[in-house]
Amino acid sequence: MSMVIDWELILQHSPALIVAIPLLGAFLTPLIGRIGPKVRNGFVVLIALVTSFFVFLLSNDILTNGSIRTYVFGGGKPLINNRFAIRILFEVDGLNAFMIIIGAILVLVAVIYSLKYMKEYTGLDKFYTLLLLMSVGMFGMMMTGDMFNLFVFLEITSIAASALIAFWTSKGKSVYAGLKYMVISTIGALFILFAIAILYSQYNALNMAVLASSIQYSFLDKIAFVLLIAGLAMKAGIAPMHMWMPDAYGRAPASISILLVGATQASLYALFRVTFTLYGNNLTAILKHIELDLLGNSIEFDITLNGVLGILFIALAVITIIIGVIMALKQTDFKRLIAFAAVAEMGYMLLAIGAAITTIGGIDPETGAMIIPAQGLMALKGGIFHILNDALDIGLLFLVAGAVYYATKETSLNKLGGLARNMKYTTVFFFIGLFAVAGMPPMNGFASKLMIYESTYLINPILAIVAILCSILLLAMFIKVLHSVFLGPKIPKFKGVKEVPKTMLFAMAIIACIIIFIGLFPNIVVENIVTPATEALHNFSNYIGGILI
Amino acid sequence: MMELLETFIKTLTAINDDIRIWNPLIWVLAIIIALLVVYIIRGFGRRDYKEGTGQTQAFLSGNPEYEKEKMHVPGENVYWGFTHALKWVYDIFNKMHTGNVSDYVLWFVVIMGIFFLILGVI
Repeated sequence: MSMVIDWELILQHSPALIVAIPLLGAFLTPLIGRIGPKVRNGFVVLIALVTSFFVFLLSNDILTNGSIRTYVFGGGKPLINNRFAIRILFEVDGLNAFMIIIGAILVLVAVIYSLKYMKEYTGLDKFYTLLLLMSVGMFGMMMTGDMFNLFVFLEITSIAASALIAFWTSKGKSVYAGLKYMVISTIGALFILFAIAILYSQYNALNMAVLASSIQYSFLDKIAFVLLIAGLAMKAGIAPMHMWMPDAYGRAPASISILLVGATQASLYALFRVTFTLYGNNLTAILKHIELDLLGNSIEFDITLNGVLGILFIALAVITIIIGVIMALKQTDFKRLIAFAAVAEMGYMLLAIGAAITTIGGIDPETGAMIIPAQGLMALKGGIFHILNDALDIGLLFLVAGAVYYATKETSLNKLGGLARNMKYTTVFFFIGLFAVAGMPPMNGFASKLMIYESTYLINPILAIVAILCSILLLAMFIKVLHSVFLGPKIPKFKGVKEVPKTMLFAMAIIACIIIFIGLFPNIVVENIVTPATEALHNFSNYIGGILI
Repeated sequence: MMELLETFIKTLTAINDDIRIWNPLIWVLAIIIALLVVYIIRGFGRRDYKEGTGQTQAFLSGNPEYEKEKMHVPGENVYWGFTHALKWVYDIFNKMHTGNVSDYVLWFVVIMGIFFLILGVI
């Protein structure tokens, strides 16, 4: 009897399976945990592997064919009896595919790393359940085509993340950090829900594509837009709403910090989706026509939404980068320092996207795509590319910090020192992370940051100067970590310190290899993954058309 | 001559005419050659260097050397001059980072208000 695998059928159901498999796995984990910790660990790794398999299968199909895949839960048609049907949609285009690839890498690495890293702690059934639930929320946010569904997945991610940040309940500060994250997430999510309610009350729809084709940019739409931007920017850790990040990233177990990076980027993705797709039709709307009479010369110009929004994004991005690096430089806690570096990195992405938004010249009536000049497209590509690179670089550094904590039970830069002798591989991984995050060649961070520098220089040289200077400070701060943690004489307290277990090294090696690969062959990644994601972002009519057929 | 220089710079910065990222393989090769040159220069170093003798001891203005463990500069002291010079900046930023969750929410409200004012009024 021969069995034929229907790949098309598997591909069709992949969007649902990417969420369903970890969801099922999450609730089965406590049951399987009753058999034994080894079986449970194997089961969680299997779930992460199977989910990643579907992610790569789906992404490969979308990125190579340039197609959009939708998955419908509920009503089969958009309209039943001339009314919108109750249906939830997952819609996966190039940008979604790009995001879920990042999510899959982070989840897989987090699970592998946790096997040994969390081994000595109790309550691991709950830990893995929450970890898988968090990945459900993350993947859901990255794939949903429905605004209310976005809120639901945002809440799933937030609740699971809060519990995981506070997982080390014996440490009071972890519990407090978890509580802070919960409060901040809930308030942000409530404003997002309020915005969704405003949109629903006007257009009787929750579907992103339907809303995108309906929004008129009325006063209520403006309110919804502001609420969505502010709520999602806070969840993405944009300064000065970033303050929860050092607490959450710094207090969570290292394998959760890396997942939090993914969750933060899912919020950033949602911010871009709202701006480019939901309000895409209105992005070049003229807000005001100005006529000035200067010394007898009449000057006329228009203030457009993209101009104002782009400048706002750039302003927030510059503040984010500066606050991130300046605060990181004075930190004495390893993980808190990385957390501030992560804040600065978010600024780089927003800077590139903000710069790209300012260059949008209109919407092409034939293709329905935004008209963006070459430098704007380069900025957009750089910003998108940096999402991937940031997840890997900051993720690797968090894992290194976790490895140092695992070996020494210490995170203070004032107390650590001389570990390069005892932890050779971890030191090498730190070097890779250090060069990558500071945008040094030949690591991945250099490739995307160079694109950001080049494009922002063409848009406004001051932006490029700030970005480059802050990258130098990023390098300086990690040199400080290198000196404080890995170099210097042997500290007697740490003489017996050994290298971390192989599974933890393996998890770090996965990320390190991807970093080096992207650094050496950025063209492969830009051509095959980043460009389709960028096109999906500015060619938003395809996303709308993907559902309204 | 200028054309030659232009072609050379293009080789370093472009993978092809469409993608102008950087050409990592050429740069890696350049770094390896540079490291090789450094290694060769290192080979010309002093041959009378002996480990474990007075040659390897740190000279601290004639004062005795501390134990190795005490010689390590802790993280807090690195870039002390930089952070001290920017004390006024740190004073502002430290006031922002209170660690109090209600202050975090306040910043959220402030930013939302600014967005409302700019996007709503214009």
